[in-house]
Amino acid sequence: MVNQVRFVRRDKVDKYTNIKVKLISIVAAFFIMSLFLIMLKINPKDAFIGMIKGAFGSPLRIRQTTIKAVPLIITSLGILTAFKMKFWNIGGEGQILMGAFGASILALFYNGFNSTTLLLLMALSAAVFGGLYALISAVLKIYFKTNETIVTLMLNYIALKFITYLQYGPWKDKKALGFPKIANFPDKALLPNLLGVNVGWIIALILIILVYIFMNHTKKGYEIAIIGESINTARYAGINIKAVTILCVFLSGALCGITGFIQSSGVNGTLSVEIAGGVGYTAIIIAYLSNLKEPFILIVSVLFAALLQGSSYIETSLKIPNSAALILQSLILFCILSSEIFTTYRLKFKD
Amino acid sequence: MTSFLHATIIAGTPLFLSTLGEILNEKAGNLNLGVEGMMLMGAVAGFLAAKGTNNAFLAILCSILFGCIGALIYAFLTITLRANQTVTGLALTIFGSGISSFIGQNLSGKVVPDRVKYFLSPIKLPLLGDIPFLGKVFFTQDIIVYFSYILAFAAAFYFYKTRIGLNLKAVGENPYAADAVSINVALYKYVNILAGGALCGLSGGYLSLIYVPAWQNNITSGRGWIAVALVIFAAWNPCKALLGAYLFGGLDIIGFRIQDGFISKYFLDMLPYLVTIIILTLFSFKRSKKNSPPKFLGLPYFREER
Repeated sequence: MVNQVRFVRRDKVDKYTNIKVKLISIVAAFFIMSLFLIMLKINPKDAFIGMIKGAFGSPLRIRQTTIKAVPLIITSLGILTAFKMKFWNIGGEGQILMGAFGASILALFYNGFNSTTLLLLMALSAAVFGGLYALISAVLKIYFKTNETIVTLMLNYIALKFITYLQYGPWKDKKALGFPKIANFPDKALLPNLLGVNVGWIIALILIILVYIFMNHTKKGYEIAIIGESINTARYAGINIKAVTILCVFLSGALCGITGFIQSSGVNGTLSVEIAGGVGYTAIIIAYLSNLKEPFILIVSVLFAALLQGSSYIETSLKIPNSAALILQSLILFCILSSEIFTTYRLKFKD
Repeated sequence: MTSFLHATIIAGTPLFLSTLGEILNEKAGNLNLGVEGMMLMGAVAGFLAAKGTNNAFLAILCSILFGCIGALIYAFLTITLRANQTVTGLALTIFGSGISSFIGQNLSGKVVPDRVKYFLSPIKLPLLGDIPFLGKVFFTQDIIVYFSYILAFAAAFYFYKTRIGLNLKAVGENPYAADAVSINVALYKYVNILAGGALCGLSGGYLSLIYVPAWQNNITSGRGWIAVALVIFAAWNPCKALLGAYLFGGLDIIGFRIQDGFISKYFLDMLPYLVTIIILTLFSFKRSKKNSPPKFLGLPYFREER
């Protein structure tokens, strides 16, 4: 029975099939999610309409969705930079935290500048901290061939424990009546608003363009892509693999670090352990679903932000746990992953 | 000291179970990064079953079953549909953590029923349990710990002394060659990945039913990932995995034990993760032929393109 069906390579892969297959798989994901919701005696129609309402139903909600999209966009760009080189950086979470830490040192202790200078220095410090934190895995990989997936992941937990230590220990706000939180940033260390949302969204848009230009129109960006495609080709072409790897991973971490800066200065008002909140992991999915193409990152991030915002809305209105968003995300990913084979292969039934 | 070592074994057991689960995956040539997800699925299912049925046996069975379901998704995607293994594994982890916190939403802080707890409490083995020191540490444990001892040796026997173990090795090293001598590659992969999922589910169930034993969100807190690293530390050898798991079990609980204010608890909590990186680095550096990964690890097998 099983041998009756087999995969046959398509003669040519056209864009149309690719898009068709992707769309079908997203529909399939929503279908499976509906079944799951029905099993839990929740009307899927209410849930999905509630999500759309929660994400785009009012100007306030649209602003909330934008605020959620910004960290996803910037972190996904960071992840994309590393993934292009087939360097599996799944340490976005830790790099965001360390970036936020870098920004907080200035905001809390060395803030004797005017607001603009201070914010610029904070962004720079966040990028450097995030970048250097990511570099640990690159250096270990270059010199000891250590698997970067596990190292970056372990560094997430280490960063989390470190920030927890600060929050419960030396940086604990004495004025917070024993509540474990870090003191709020002074006003001049907070990102200003534009159209009701912190300027992070402008930074995100600029970064998309910059990363696009860097990856597609500069020599270094091209070298990163070549190393990703074939390390032997890169070696043969005389590319300095160590130097390019270090640059690429540093940039990847620096972008994640900037996310940390925006989250602490623009959203949270201070450093806290919750600042990354799973963004580093969601960004991996976004980078993958965007097919590692910068413009798609924008679209997919906004959709995912809508998903997150929508699911936190239905949590209060329909009492559906907001982890529904995680399930739906992974279902979309499963379906897209399963569909991939159908873009290059088709099923053939034996007669 | 005795009680510390006793607790080390308990903390190490879930790590061992999931490490062995990942070894089964990797021996079949599949890098499964969904260990954490399968553990979470097993943990929540086991806990829910314990609450619902009051029956320890059913609870454990449910853990195993849910681990298998997670593994089945992964296996179908990566074997039959040849999806990218790294991303599928990550998706499985996200799926598992989503499912577990979705289902476990209202369970936070609830404890395992006494009847189940009693059934899974330590049992002193006759004779062996009377050995001074060792008896206390190794042979006054719950049934799953005993099961894990047997499992370590059974797995070693399976990998190194049986025909099917040898075939499994062939599947991981070179599926094309294995297929040529009429080994059913897909079947070997499916069976071993499902067995691996069962172990990961059991490991999750161990956490929620015995180790904690109550429900808390994200109960695994990265243990699945440590297991993935432990596989490299153990060089794909089940007996070394047992030792490695106990070592990390010790690191896991050291933060609880040493609380004299000399060094912050949070720094001690970093230890398992930090040591993982250090050990991984040391082992990657001096990689010999004997402890290198299966050649086709992480690569899909296209039978049609032989």
